Amino acid sequence: MKIHEYQGKEILRKFGVATPRGTACFSVDDAVKAAEALGSKVWVVKAQIHAGGRGKGGGVRLARTLDEVRSHASSILGMQLVTHQTGPEGRKVGRLLIEEGSDIKKEYYAACLTDRATQTVAMMASSEGGMDIEEVAKKTPEKIIKVFINPLDGISDAQALELARGIGVPSASQAQAVDTFKKLYACYMETDASLAEINPLILDGNGDIKALDAKFNFDANALYRHPEIVAYRDLDEEDPDEIEASKYDLAYISLDGNIGCLVNGAGLAMATMDTIKLFGAEPANFLDVGGGATTEKVTEAFKIMLKNPKVKGILVNIFGGIMRCDTIATGIVAAAKEVHLSVPLVVRMKGTNEEIGKQILAESGLPIIAANTMAEAATKIVAAVK
Amino acid sequence: MSILINKDTKVITQGITGKTGQFHTEKCIEYANGKACFVAGVNPKKAGEKIFDVPIFASVREAKAATGATVSVIYVPPAGAADAVWEACEADLDLAICITEGIPVRDMLVVRNKMKQKVAKGGKETLLLGPNCPGLITPDEIKIGIMPGHIHRKGRIGIVSRSGTLTYEAVAQVTELGLGQSSAVGIGGDPINGLKHIDIMKAFNDDPDTDAVIMIGEIGGPDEADAARWCKANMKKPIVGFIAGVTAPAGKRMGHAGALISGGADTADAKLAIMEECGFKITRDPSVMGKLLKSLL
Repeated sequence: MKIHEYQGKEILRKFGVATPRGTACFSVDDAVKAAEALGSKVWVVKAQIHAGGRGKGGGVRLARTLDEVRSHASSILGMQLVTHQTGPEGRKVGRLLIEEGSDIKKEYYAACLTDRATQTVAMMASSEGGMDIEEVAKKTPEKIIKVFINPLDGISDAQALELARGIGVPSASQAQAVDTFKKLYACYMETDASLAEINPLILDGNGDIKALDAKFNFDANALYRHPEIVAYRDLDEEDPDEIEASKYDLAYISLDGNIGCLVNGAGLAMATMDTIKLFGAEPANFLDVGGGATTEKVTEAFKIMLKNPKVKGILVNIFGGIMRCDTIATGIVAAAKEVHLSVPLVVRMKGTNEEIGKQILAESGLPIIAANTMAEAATKIVAAVK
Repeated sequence: MSILINKDTKVITQGITGKTGQFHTEKCIEYANGKACFVAGVNPKKAGEKIFDVPIFASVREAKAATGATVSVIYVPPAGAADAVWEACEADLDLAICITEGIPVRDMLVVRNKMKQKVAKGGKETLLLGPNCPGLITPDEIKIGIMPGHIHRKGRIGIVSRSGTLTYEAVAQVTELGLGQSSAVGIGGDPINGLKHIDIMKAFNDDPDTDAVIMIGEIGGPDEADAARWCKANMKKPIVGFIAGVTAPAGKRMGHAGALISGGADTADAKLAIMEECGFKITRDPSVMGKLLKSLL
C-alpha cells in the first residue's frame, strides 16, 4: 500500500527524523492560511499524488509571497499531473502540501528495502540525491553505498557511519546523519514497510540533515497489525476496479489489451496473459480468482472485467485441483447469464471433474467456445475478437 | 528414490485442527502411503485428542518425541505461521513445509535469520519449503500439501515452480504424455522463503531417479538466474524452462507478493535470456513444456 508524501513525513517525524514544517491542504484558501501560519519567507507548494517525478511535471513550485502561494495552489490543485510514473493520462491532484522552504546545501538519497537474495534489510544511500536513483544505479553505480542489516542485530553505528561517510556527509553533520539512518531503519521495521525512501535527504545551511521528501510502500500482508497505516489509504489514488475486486478477494489489475482473462492461481494467470500475447493479442487484465472460487466470486469477476469497455472477448483458464471444474462451470454459466454476456467466451478447463464441467458448459445453451490447452484457448479467443 | 520425502517419511501437521488443515490432512492421508506417513498433529489446546485417527500433541517437540517424525507441514494462519516455522526448527526437524499464504514479510525475515543463526552456532539445520506454496509430492508414495493427487503419476521427471496451479499444469502435461514425476515441488510465491530453485535443482541433479527437470519461474527476484548459473556449471540433466510474466507491468504485484518487477534484471525476458544462455531449453508457450521435455529425452 502506498501513501502520500505528507503522510510519510508524519511517520518519519514520529520516529524522530527531521523534516521541514508543513501542512496538508485540500483547498486553495486552506493553502494560503497554512502558508501564513507557517510564517516562512519561502514556501513550497507540492502536489500530493502517489507517483514520483512530480517536480518535472510542474507539481512542485516555489512561492515567495502569499499571492504566489495562492496562484500556485490554484493551478496545481485539480490539475491532471503527468509524470513518468502516471502514464499519459496523468493523475488528478486533490491534495497539496504547503511547506516552509529549505536552504539546500547538498542533496543526498537514502532508502530501506528488503533484499531477497541475502534475506536482510538493505539500506542504500547516495551522494546523488534529488535524481532518479535507477539512473544513478545505471550510470554511476559506485555512487550508491549499501549496507545489509540483519534484523536480529538491527543497524549498527558502524553501518550507519559507513553510509554517512560513503556519501560524503561533512564530519560536523555525520552524527546527525548516523542518527537519521538509524531512525529510518527503526521506522522501516516497525511500520512493516516494503520501501522507505527519502529523496532528497538534505544538508541545510545550518548543517542539519532533513528529509525533504518521503516515499513509503507497505507490506499488504502486515496491514492487519497497522490500523494507523491503513487510515492513510487514499482510495482516489487507486483504480476503482481494483478496489471493487479486492472487496471480493479477487486479485485484479487492469492492463491495456482487449482480452479479459479469468484464471485461478497467480502463476497460471500470468502464464495465460503471456499466452494471449504470444498468439497475437494483449490481455485486458490480470485476474486471479484464487483457490475458493464460488459462483458469486466468478460473477463479480465477470462484471469487473466487462466494465472495461476495451474488452472484446474473455478467456477463462481454470486448473481444477481442490476446486472442482463442475463448480467453476456452474459459476461461469450463472455469471454469463446474469451479466448477459455479449462478447465471445473461451473456456479451458483441466483437472478434477473436467468432463462434468465441460458437459455443464455444453448444455448451458450459451455460445461458449471450449478449448483443451492454453495455446488452443488463446488461438480461439484471438480469432474470435478479430 | 525422490527428493526430500518418500513413502517412509513421518509427518507432523501444525494447524491440523483448523479448517484448511483438516481439509488437506484428510486428502494427504488418503493419498498413497499417507495413512502411515501422517503420524501427528499439533494444537496446544487439543493435546491428547485425535483427528482422522491422528494423535494431537501440545508441541512439535512432543510430537516428534512420540512419533519419530522428521518433517512438518504448516497450515497455521498468517499471524502465527512464522512462529510455527520456528517451533519446527527448534524441534530439530529435517524439513518444515509452510503452506500458509499472507505471512508478513518482516516475520519471515526474522525467522529466516534465526534459522541461519542457529546453524551458524552449530545447531541442526531445518530446511524450509515455502511459505505460500502448494507443498511437494512424490507420486504413489506421499503427498504433503494442497496439490490434487490424482493428476500425478510416478515417473522420472522433476518439476519445480513458485506457483501452485502452474505446477499442476506442468504435472498434467507430463502425465498426459505418458511420462511421470519423480517429485514435484512448489517453492512458493513469497519474496522471503526457504528452499529456492537452485536448492531443488541440486537435489534433482543428485537424485538417480530423476532424468530431466522442468523449472518454472516468475518475474521478480534473482532466484531463477542464480539457479540457471549453477545449472550451467553443474547440471547433468536436460532442463526445460519457462518464466511467467512476460506481459506483467513493472511496479504491480501480480498476485504473489514476490511477483513484482523492481529492477531491470528480474523481468521474464531477462530471466529467459539467462536460462537459455545457461543451456536450458526455454519456451514462451506454457502449453508445450511437457512436449519440449519429451523431445529432450
